[in-house]
Parts: sequence; structure tokens; C-alpha cells
Amino acid sequence: MKHTLSVLVENKPGVLTRVASLFARRGFNIDSLAVGVTEDPTLSRMTIVVNAAETPIEQVAKQLHKLINVIKIQDLHPGDMIDRELVLFKVNAAPERRHEVIEIANVFRAKVVDVGKNSLTIEATGSGDKLAAMEDLLRAYGIKELARTGKIALARGSKES
Amino acid sequence: MRMTGARALVRSLEAEGVDVVFGYPGGVALPIFDELYDAESIRKILVRHEQGATHAADGYARATGKPGVVLVTSGPGATNTVTGIANAYMDSIPMVVITAQVATHVLGTDAFQETDITGITIPVTKHNYLVKDASELPAAIHEAFHIATTGRPGPVLIDVPVDVSKAELEYTKPPQVSLPGYKPTYKGHAKQIKQAAMLVSKARKPLLYAGGGVLASGAWAELKELAELMQLPVTTTMMGKGAFPEDHHLWIGMPGMHGAKYTNYSITETDLLIAVGVRFDDRVTGKLATFASKAKIIHVDIDPAEIGKNRVADVPIVGDAKHVLASVTAELRKMGAEPRTDAWMRVIDDWRGRFPLHYHGDDPEVLMPQFVVERVDAMSREFNDVIVATEVGQNQMWACQFHHVRKPRSWVSSGGLGTMGFGLPSAIGAQAGRPDALVIDIAGDGSLQMVSQELATARIHDLPVKVVILNNGFLGMVRQWQELFYERRYSESVLGQDVPDFVKLAEAYDCLGIRVTRPAELDDALKRAFEHDGPAVVDCRVHPEENVFPMVAPGGSIDEMLGGIPGGPVSEMLDDDLLEEVWE
Repeated sequence: MKHTLSVLVENKPGVLTRVASLFARRGFNIDSLAVGVTEDPTLSRMTIVVNAAETPIEQVAKQLHKLINVIKIQDLHPGDMIDRELVLFKVNAAPERRHEVIEIANVFRAKVVDVGKNSLTIEATGSGDKLAAMEDLLRAYGIKELARTGKIALARGSKES
Repeated sequence: MRMTGARALVRSLEAEGVDVVFGYPGGVALPIFDELYDAESIRKILVRHEQGATHAADGYARATGKPGVVLVTSGPGATNTVTGIANAYMDSIPMVVITAQVATHVLGTDAFQETDITGITIPVTKHNYLVKDASELPAAIHEAFHIATTGRPGPVLIDVPVDVSKAELEYTKPPQVSLPGYKPTYKGHAKQIKQAAMLVSKARKPLLYAGGGVLASGAWAELKELAELMQLPVTTTMMGKGAFPEDHHLWIGMPGMHGAKYTNYSITETDLLIAVGVRFDDRVTGKLATFASKAKIIHVDIDPAEIGKNRVADVPIVGDAKHVLASVTAELRKMGAEPRTDAWMRVIDDWRGRFPLHYHGDDPEVLMPQFVVERVDAMSREFNDVIVATEVGQNQMWACQFHHVRKPRSWVSSGGLGTMGFGLPSAIGAQAGRPDALVIDIAGDGSLQMVSQELATARIHDLPVKVVILNNGFLGMVRQWQELFYERRYSESVLGQDVPDFVKLAEAYDCLGIRVTRPAELDDALKRAFEHDGPAVVDCRVHPEENVFPMVAPGGSIDEMLGGIPGGPVSEMLDDDLLEEVWE
């Protein structure tokens, strides 16, 4: 079972290392980790997707809480969060097949952000499911390179206290 | 007030009430050591290896309840502290380690004696700091002390680049520490405390299982009060030795791998395990599935991550042991609860009578290690204030079994990390913290050789520790496991009893050295050592192949023990008539 942890941390050097090394030494598996500064420049938000099949998520959260720089941890439930990921696909696209690839991008509301002689680079955002479906279709053309940000997420406004 | 970083650092230590610093100088630490030179209220103890400094600070903390402070240089000075820091981390001992660092402008360039000590110590510190701006130094030091000593205590490291030590800053008394991500819970949840009191009042076979957390929290009086009010038997872990007086009728020994049979039987049979400041360590529980499997579990700990980590608790209480124990006792008083453990205590006493810790030791020519510990225990009783430190291995387990700790903060032993070489430097630290105490290191010949250079520290700083070596010429616990589980193939566990000559070694360090080979010589030797006004080493040539028994095989159930007085698992050891009385 996958859990999405939204972790508010102090925006200080070394905090990412502390979090990452905690996961490594406790044997917790990270699926993805995305981090960036928040509206308050002294704070960063980490969105960590954890595979909690082997480790109880409660123990992961408790261990994270022990880090002095960790301020708040939310275990976001799928129905109660907005989650997004951004992916860049560089896809094989000879001139005669470009339009097919562009069509796929359009269907997924993705953008073509670069064109090469034999390739297109597409920027897509969305939930994991959507991006997986898109990747599946693009694979037929040959994905030359792929980069993803990892998931970021926020609790839905209706869930705020 | 304008001053250098180094002076501000020393000022901050003074403001924290630091009276002893264990350290070792070196290049980039010089500005700090130079300031320390004039700090009259701080005693400086120059060790002979930086590992000794951290172990000494650890022993100081265990003996005094105050944080131990270490100051060393960068690179090898810093890396040499790591074992001592890891030891303190595993045992939740408050410690502040200050490491000097190369200048900020060469950080990351592999400069001479540069090492990433904050990176290295992330897994073994509660928190650490690399201070790159002198103006942040005083606050970092005060935060470090706050973090080290509050909540679940632990070591904190501060890395101070040399240019930060030299830079000027405006020193003001730092404001109250404010750490938004660090707010330990001290008060237990009222509903949980009620629930716990309810279970305690109803249990027929309750058992208190107390550990290092009781000592860390200073909760020994509250523990005793609860135990006596409800007549609850108490088992204390190795880390908890001293949390409950071991000459008290309700004390029923140490649990686990080398616990007494009656202790482990009691845990296996209890219907309510009240776990306080313990972490269900594998050396205590053996096979988890059969550990106190008939019991409901109340688990009190200030670290929420310990609750439910190894064993699910029926009543989890996050809080400080002192507060929670007092609250549970108050609740029981309010309920008018009465003790009902009379028959249960008789069950335990029956086991205690049938399965005492014992050893065979009637040969007047053979010195048994257990006998040595028994005599240390008996003869030290004449002293008002006694602290016993141990090394790690057989010596430590015999000390656990045959030395009875009667007061809190009188036991200094490496638990979680099992660090050989801990005993002598930690005894030195304990002596620095409690100059009037008789401090004894029950040592093994293997462990002592890892740190024997610290005899110089003891001698030169007038720290008259008494080292009693159970010299069997083996890495005894390794040899025991090889005997039991590796067909007596003593691979690399043979040291020999004669090299080094510990008496000559002691004399080389201007300490008293005495050799004991026969039981009849022991008392006189111990008396001389204890009465000597400096450090002493008593080289006890003990039976080389004696084993620590009873013993739970690794991964086994704790009621199925090897050695000791024959007895089966607890299911076969129950006296039906007595059991019936428990339930009457």
C-alpha cells in the first residue's frame, strides 16, 4: 500500500540528507520524494511517497517526527488530496509521425515544449494514473529519455480545519 | 559584548553550568582550547584517545544525570569520537560533543584533517550542527544542550570551523530555545493513565518491567512507590540497573538472555506487563512471539516511536516516566486499590528458591569470575557511595548477575551498542562527576586492552578508579558462543592470560597493580585496591573457560534456558496449588 506523506520541514542545509538517510537506515522504501520551499521561505515541503507494505506507516511517521527539523507530518489519503506530478518525455518522432505524437499529447492536455529533427519533448502534468497511461502510449514510439519530478500533493481545502 | 567565537563558545558552556570537559586538542581546535585555558570553573580532562573522551563523558552523564561534554579537533579527532557517540545514542545518554572543523572557505576541498563529521554522525546523534556563521554559535550550543537533555536524551554534536572560532560576534545571553519541530511530551494522557491504573488494580500476576528510561527521567522514587503500593514485582533491565534497589524483596532480577530463570519465568507467566522506559530489546525479549505472550502490555515511554515498534501495547502512554508513574499511583490511591499479588509473589519466590543464579566454585585453587564479582559486591558495601562500571562481554553479564546495585546512577555499562573498551574511560568519567564515590570497573582482559592507555588519564587527573579484571585469557563471550554453537572452534578468541602483564602495565602508569590467582588472596587484594588513594588494577586470573549461565539461545524463548539449575519451560515449572491460589 502506498502512502503519500506531506512533510513540513525547516528550510535548512542538510535536512534532505537527514530525511533520506533516515529512510535508508531504517529500511523504509521511498517511491518518490519531491521537495521545495513553501509560501514561508523558512519552511520546505517534502512530498514523500512510501511503500508501506513492509513497514507500518505509523513507525515511518514516528521516526520522521524525531528529526528536530521536521515540523509537521500529514498522511494524505487518496480521496482527500490533490496530487500532481510533472513528467518530461523525449519521444522518437520522425517528421512523418510527429502529428500522431502531438495528438496523444493533446488528448492528455500535455504540451510540446521542444522539437528536434527526430524527436519531440512533451511536458505533462497530472496524477500518477494519467501519466502512466500516457507513458504507455508513447512507449510505442520509443521514449528516448524521461524525467519526472516525483509527486507533490496538498490536502484538499475542504479537509482543512 | 564583542568577543570571538571561541570565547563565546566557552561562555556558553559556562552558562550551561558545565564543570568538566573531556577532550583532546589539535590544529583547528586551538582557538577553543586557548579560551578554555582561562576558564577556571571548568575542569579539563585530557584523555589519551578521543574515544576515551566520549566514553568518559558518557560515564559522567550516567553517574551525575548531567550532560557529558567533549571537545576535540577535526578529522581523526572527530572520527575517533564516533563509537562513543553511537554508544551514547543507543543508550539515550545526554552528551554534547564539540568538534573543531577546517575553515569554512576550504570546507569540501578535502583540506588537511577535514572530515564530514556531521554527515558521519547523522545516524548516531539526536541532532547535529555545522555552524558556519559565528553569530549562530551561542544559540547552537544552547539548543544542543536543550536537545541532549530533554525528551529522550541523546548525544548532540556541534561542528565549529576554525574561522568561526576566530571571528568576532556580539554575544548576548541567547533567548529561550525555540524549536518548532521539537516538543517532547511529558504528561501522559489522562485517559490512558486511568486505563493503566484500572488494569494494575485488577491484575493477578502483574510485573513491572523497568529500564533506562526510569533513570533518565529520575523516576526511581515513583517506581518504588507504585511497586510498594500495589506490591508489584519488579524486573530491571541491564540499562535499568539501579532504578529499583536490588536488595528489595520485590526486585526479581534482570530479564533476558542472561537473566535468572525465575525472572524469565515470571515474564512468561505474567498477565500484565507494565513496561516503563524500556524498548523490548532483542536481548531482553528473545523470541518476540513468546515474550510475555499471556500478558496485556502497558508501555510508558517518552519516545512515541518506541511504543509499538517491537511489541504492540494494549495501553500505550507517551510521557515522562516520572510523571506517568506518579499519576498512575495517584489514580490507584484514588480508586482505593489494594495489592493482590501475595500468591503471585509466592509463585515467584518458589521459582527464586528453586532456580537461583549459581556457579560451581568450591576448588580453593580456582578463582571463579562470579566469586570475584560477589566479593566486589560484598566489600564495596562498606562504602557509602559506590559506582560500578563494566566492560562488555562475560565480565558485564557476571557483573549484572552478581553485583547488586542499590542506588540509582551507580551502574555504568554499555547496553545497546555493546562497546568493548567502554568500562575504564566511563569509570573515569563517573569518578570525575562523583569524586567521592568508590568507582570500580569490572573489566575483561580483552575489553581493557582496547583502552588501557586511559590509565594515564586516571593517574594524572587523580581519578582513583579501581579496575578489577576478570582475566580469563579469552574473548570470553565469543569463546562461549564458539563452545556452544561452533563446535568449540576458538577462532581468534584466544588472548592468553600473560600478555600483557597487567600488574606491570598498571605500574608503568604509576597505578597500583595486584595479581590474584587463588580465592584466598582476593579479599586482601580488593581491600588494598579500594583503600589505595590512586587508581588500582587487580588482575584476577580466573577460570578460563567458565560460561555465563543461564542463557537463552539467540532467537529462543526466554523461558527455555541453557545451563543453570535444570528446569524446563515455564509451562512445566508451575506449581498447580500455588497457581490456584493466585486466582482465588
